[in-house]
Amino acid sequence: MSKITTVKEAAARIKSGSVLHLGGFYAQGSPECLISAMLEQGVTDLTIISNDTGTPNEGLGRLVEAGRVKKLYCSYVGLTPILPKLIEEGKVELELVPQGTLIERIRCAGYGLGGVLTPTGLGTVIEENKQVVELNGRRWLYDTPIKADVAIVEAYRADTAGNLIFRRTQNNFNATMCTAADLVIAEIVEPIVEAGAIDPDEIMVPGVFVDVLVRKGV
Amino acid sequence: MEPRIIIPKRIAQEFKDGDVVNLGVGIPTLVPRYVPEGVTIWLHSENGVIGIGPEADPSHKDVFLLDASKKYATIAPGGATFDSTVSFGLVRGGHLEATVLGALQVDQEGNLANWIVPGGKLTGMGGAMDLVAGARRVIIATEHTAKDGASKILKKCTFPLTGAHVVDMIVTELAVMRVRPEGLVLQEVAPGVSVDTVVKNTDAELIVPANVPQMPI
Repeated sequence: MSKITTVKEAAARIKSGSVLHLGGFYAQGSPECLISAMLEQGVTDLTIISNDTGTPNEGLGRLVEAGRVKKLYCSYVGLTPILPKLIEEGKVELELVPQGTLIERIRCAGYGLGGVLTPTGLGTVIEENKQVVELNGRRWLYDTPIKADVAIVEAYRADTAGNLIFRRTQNNFNATMCTAADLVIAEIVEPIVEAGAIDPDEIMVPGVFVDVLVRKGV
Repeated sequence: MEPRIIIPKRIAQEFKDGDVVNLGVGIPTLVPRYVPEGVTIWLHSENGVIGIGPEADPSHKDVFLLDASKKYATIAPGGATFDSTVSFGLVRGGHLEATVLGALQVDQEGNLANWIVPGGKLTGMGGAMDLVAGARRVIIATEHTAKDGASKILKKCTFPLTGAHVVDMIVTELAVMRVRPEGLVLQEVAPGVSVDTVVKNTDAELIVPANVPQMPI
């Protein structure tokens, strides 16, 4: 069965109330066409894991501005001016997670591990709600894996088998998010090529992780 | 001398050829222009680059290459791009020689507060907590006093910490200080600055050795 569909059909598979991994760093690598389709189709009450909230006009910020998000796991939210008000009004719940811990929590979910032991955040507010583990004479903060119902990512090239390649700093959280969701949708910048047209050594996400491919703008 | 010259100039002397370094926003971004001839440092960018270069020429920019401040950037020959697990594996795994960061407050125990002002704008720590926990050396580049004249070098930080007992070295326009097991040691004074001036502008208890040399800049 072909993995290729339209942006609209792919976005329609994301249900209200879903937990979503959304790729991107300051919205670079965020799948903007899928986000536009989600906004049009009315999906709401989303829990979203993403490095940051983007800006009001880019990436996750667009969903936050439109009131579609109820819970966020992010490392940075400083470019979304509306968010503090939404949090104060009880409309959005935010868990701030250090960037390196956030990506590892996603990786743990994707790779079958029980969680992260990290030195990051020891002695800070992050420690207050986390379990401290003493192992081999050192203290570590334990944090849990984060799995999602759906991951939506952007990639530069893809073949019909779902193999993905990113360009420059477009990857960021995207490759790891592809491993940690029940349904993975990738929005591709370049025309999708036939399986076999990409050298296997160049593939950055094996197609086995990717369920649905859409071409940007199609 | 201007803080924005003296601080990065002094910090630039800390590196040897080939060191991988992460620079925070503000004064730290000025360090590369003062790195001595014959020394090349590799700059790490949290969004997945070693060898990130200066801002791109607008007419030749690659729209897929951004730095960690969302600006179009360049990449040095021999540089590499990668995903966030590699980027933060480099950070936590001790593969960065140093991170150079600004401070809201820093104290004599090596505690650093630089990610949130209580009651201030909601932002987030981004990668700062990982950087201070993982880099081999944490170097603070900050003006000695805040705009209101209050010392930023404290006995004890009052703002929420970015990391506890993480700072190795503090460089200001007045002095270089090292965090040692015995306390905060005044290591150097800036040209034309007396030890007394440093002590007067410092809230922390400074350990002052018998001989404090001038910054070699």
